[in-house]
Amino acid sequence: MAKFSLPKNSQIKEGKAWPKPDGAANTTAFRIYRWNPDDGQNPRVDTYHVDRDDCGPMVLDALIYIKNNIDPTLTFRRSCREGICGSCAMNIDGANTLACTKGIDECTSKGDVRIYPLPHMPVVKDLVPDLTRFYAQHASIEPWLKTTTPEPEKEWRQSREDREKLDGLYECILCACCSTSCPSYWWNGDRYLGPAVLLQAYRWLIDSRDEATGDRLDNLEDPFRLYRCHTIMNCANVCPKGLNPAKAIAEIKQMMVTRQL
Amino acid sequence: MASTKHSLRTPLGRVRGLGSARSGTSHFWHQRLTALANVPLALAFIAIVVCAAGGGYDEALALVRSPLVALLLLLFILSATYHMRIGMQVIIEDYVHGGAKVAAVIANTFFALLVAAAAVFAVLKISFGGM
Repeated sequence: MAKFSLPKNSQIKEGKAWPKPDGAANTTAFRIYRWNPDDGQNPRVDTYHVDRDDCGPMVLDALIYIKNNIDPTLTFRRSCREGICGSCAMNIDGANTLACTKGIDECTSKGDVRIYPLPHMPVVKDLVPDLTRFYAQHASIEPWLKTTTPEPEKEWRQSREDREKLDGLYECILCACCSTSCPSYWWNGDRYLGPAVLLQAYRWLIDSRDEATGDRLDNLEDPFRLYRCHTIMNCANVCPKGLNPAKAIAEIKQMMVTRQL
Repeated sequence: MASTKHSLRTPLGRVRGLGSARSGTSHFWHQRLTALANVPLALAFIAIVVCAAGGGYDEALALVRSPLVALLLLLFILSATYHMRIGMQVIIEDYVHGGAKVAAVIANTFFALLVAAAAVFAVLKISFGGM
């Protein structure tokens, strides 16, 4: 059965409350999930106070401030700090998003900023989730151009209209915010491919240059791989790039019906 | 798939698993089709129940005996129980895992068939007289 409560060793305890930085007049409290695989302890939530006069405007700035000034053991992924690499995807103020494009002032509705790792994934440490399966699922849809026609001398040509069909799809950065916000993916992530991977699958299904559309549909036609999507729409709500994976999935379902009727 | 947790199988091998079932589209399509059919049929069913509730036992029997009413009732029973079965199966697949899932899918199918058979039998018995 689907599990609705955490096992005893995963239940989150109240953690350490770190002192406010000396002489800071303008601070914001951050409550952050901590878990260390090496100390045998339960996960905990630590409280940090960030000096807003000494820190950039984004949540990622605050995390870096904490790591540099308060607690160097705080672990998280980040790279580009401009919403194009997808490394800093985490659950901020109750919704999955990128720490680098989320303003601190956007998420202080409850007073403090609450930060957890992406939901329902194995945690490596603190805010770092294990995305191995997610990446393997992406590999399973074979996200590259597949053709049988001999390769042209210069390039595979595509009309302007056909290229426009990829808008709203190619922008996906595979941050996993959508897939890890999807309850269907939580309960059946071992068999359901999830919104991000299905959006990527549709990106290749709709590419006019690709010649493997039928094979791609065959590989997706499955009660679990595709049809676990119940249009819950969390994916479209949280996508930090403003994409709509649910629509891409609906388009795949429509292709499936079209080739049968 | 708890049994594969400690396996050394590659992540891609696990994700590919037994491959695609090459099915699911009919299930999806039939769910939409029966949902569409259920809109007029459920309205007709409610109208029939309201008409039957107005009169006595004999009037109700006479109503169900009329061919059009009997036909609408039969169509509603078949469409609704089929819709019920495939809808419930999706919910079972979502939340029940392991061996219990197969048992639940079997029980769900038998239950829907039983409801359908009993309801169809009742309508036919009244329609073809004997009561």
